[in-house]
Amino acid sequence: MTYEQLSNFSNTWGLVFLIIMFATAIAYAFWPSNKKKFEEAAQLPFEEGDRQS
Amino acid sequence: MAASREAAPGTLNAASYGVGGAFVVGALISIFIAAKTVDSVMAFHATLFILFFLIGIFAIGKRHFDTLERGPEPATQDGVIYHDGPIRLATLAAVFWGIVGFSAGLYIALELAFPWLNFDLPWLNFGRLRPLHTSGVVFAFGGNALIATSLYVVQRTCKTRLAGDIAPWFLVWGYQLFIVLAATGYLLGVTQSKEYAEPEWYVDIWLTIVWVTYLVIFLATLARRKEPHIYVANWFYLAFIVTIAMLHLINNAAIPVSFTSTKSYILWAGVQDALIQWWYGHNAVGFFLTAGFLGMMYYFIPKRAERPIYSYRLSIVHFWAIIFLYIWAGPHHLHYTALPDWAQTLGMTFSIMLWMPSWGGMINGLMTLSGAWDKLRTDPVIRMLVVSIAFYGMSTFEGPVMSIKAVNSLSHYTDWTIGHVHSSALGWVGFVTFGSIYCMVPWLWNRKQLYSLTLVNWHFWIATLGIVLYITAMWVSGILQGLMWRAYDSLGFLEYSFVESVEAMHPFYVIRALGGGMFLVGALIMTYNVYMTIQGHVRKGEEMQPAPAGDGQILAVGAR
Repeated sequence: MTYEQLSNFSNTWGLVFLIIMFATAIAYAFWPSNKKKFEEAAQLPFEEGDRQS
Repeated sequence: MAASREAAPGTLNAASYGVGGAFVVGALISIFIAAKTVDSVMAFHATLFILFFLIGIFAIGKRHFDTLERGPEPATQDGVIYHDGPIRLATLAAVFWGIVGFSAGLYIALELAFPWLNFDLPWLNFGRLRPLHTSGVVFAFGGNALIATSLYVVQRTCKTRLAGDIAPWFLVWGYQLFIVLAATGYLLGVTQSKEYAEPEWYVDIWLTIVWVTYLVIFLATLARRKEPHIYVANWFYLAFIVTIAMLHLINNAAIPVSFTSTKSYILWAGVQDALIQWWYGHNAVGFFLTAGFLGMMYYFIPKRAERPIYSYRLSIVHFWAIIFLYIWAGPHHLHYTALPDWAQTLGMTFSIMLWMPSWGGMINGLMTLSGAWDKLRTDPVIRMLVVSIAFYGMSTFEGPVMSIKAVNSLSHYTDWTIGHVHSSALGWVGFVTFGSIYCMVPWLWNRKQLYSLTLVNWHFWIATLGIVLYITAMWVSGILQGLMWRAYDSLGFLEYSFVESVEAMHPFYVIRALGGGMFLVGALIMTYNVYMTIQGHVRKGEEMQPAPAGDGQILAVGAR
């Protein structure tokens, strides 16, 4: 594999790959059915029952 | 339950024999190297290794008999026996190394203002003390704070005990050995001359072993969690651990001259080496000094403010955006160098894009306090944490501005860079760590409250004024330097010689040292406060009313 091939691959398919990954992450964050799960997760720091003041 | 199958925590099991055996092998190799080497620093460091392994073997045995005598630790209310010993150790280490690192910084600041302070001694030379300062504050102070808080947070938010029994102890003590090897190496003149990656090959290998242990402990603890969801703070900590491992391995790829020599040669050469170095360097900022400390922000601010994070969704977007963007920003350290133009522009573009996630994260942290802003007035610990987010916002605004090529042509190689680094390091990293330590110490040592909130207040104001003095002095001095270096007279000659710009810096260097000194005084106040808290004292007149104890739980449930 030459430098040109590698470079072409990364600035075409690499770009597509990263954009899809990022879009997936955003979709995951805003997916309506995940809302409840995230609201519960936000409470995690308060649910430990040990000696906290 | 896992506990019934395993031996009681602390007693000898298969893993202890494995670690003990590895220590014996390690000690033998170290003895061999110490005997063979003609390099006096290598002989010294091999001796440190021998001591570490021997004391380690002794400690494993002693722990076994102590545990048999004392019986198992008591479980907490939710039935989990948290493994907090190594966390207490790392917290104390963070405080200790903080004082060492800040003092080294103050000393070299004074050396810049008054150069005779190096007394013409090689080991007090600025070039040797400077990495001692940077590694001391970043890796020793910051690193121990990250280890302590990450192991604390992962146990609490996963409601499970840390994975491994000896492994967390090995992690913390092994990390201290890494710090001692690195620090003494710098003073004795051993360095591979890569900024923020100065330790030589054998110290790098040791850190790799310690860091892989860290990763395995963290992953295994997440794997045995009793919660379906992994709390976002853990995502940030995990990203920090994984990315640092990758950066460390690639940037430090080197071939030692021999196995008994401290000297090695880096595998990379020329501009590739420069790019890899700043890919490492900037992501040490992005993942060590940002992602890791954001983990602290996402746990300790909600916890202390007794309110859930403003938007959990925003925290997920914050996380992924940081991960996707930071990794490309490194080339902005190499503007106007031999690095290809397109790579410089790429680094600049990604740095500017980083504005968005950084400010998203800042808003998320700050807005967590909405409805509880009065706590800013009543709780100096919250004030410290909130000001740390303000500094995070300020320095993540300043950074992208400085990465713009036109601005960089003025700011690069000047004190403006130093000012920028310190507004993030003192303001963001320092304050979020102090805030977390103030939260964590009473919890870890099972004390009802801190020794004194008044002293926290003093720490806050002295350190804040110190930071303001520091960064304003460096802004003025940096821009002055930049302008002096680019000033031409009517005939096209440089207006000023370099040494004239150095002379012009003197007053700002004195102000900077004053600012740094105040920051150190603040940290000493914290050290006293932490010591008295651990001793179980409460300052006269500051005893907390018993009422607020239950408040947090009610609020948290109410917010649901």
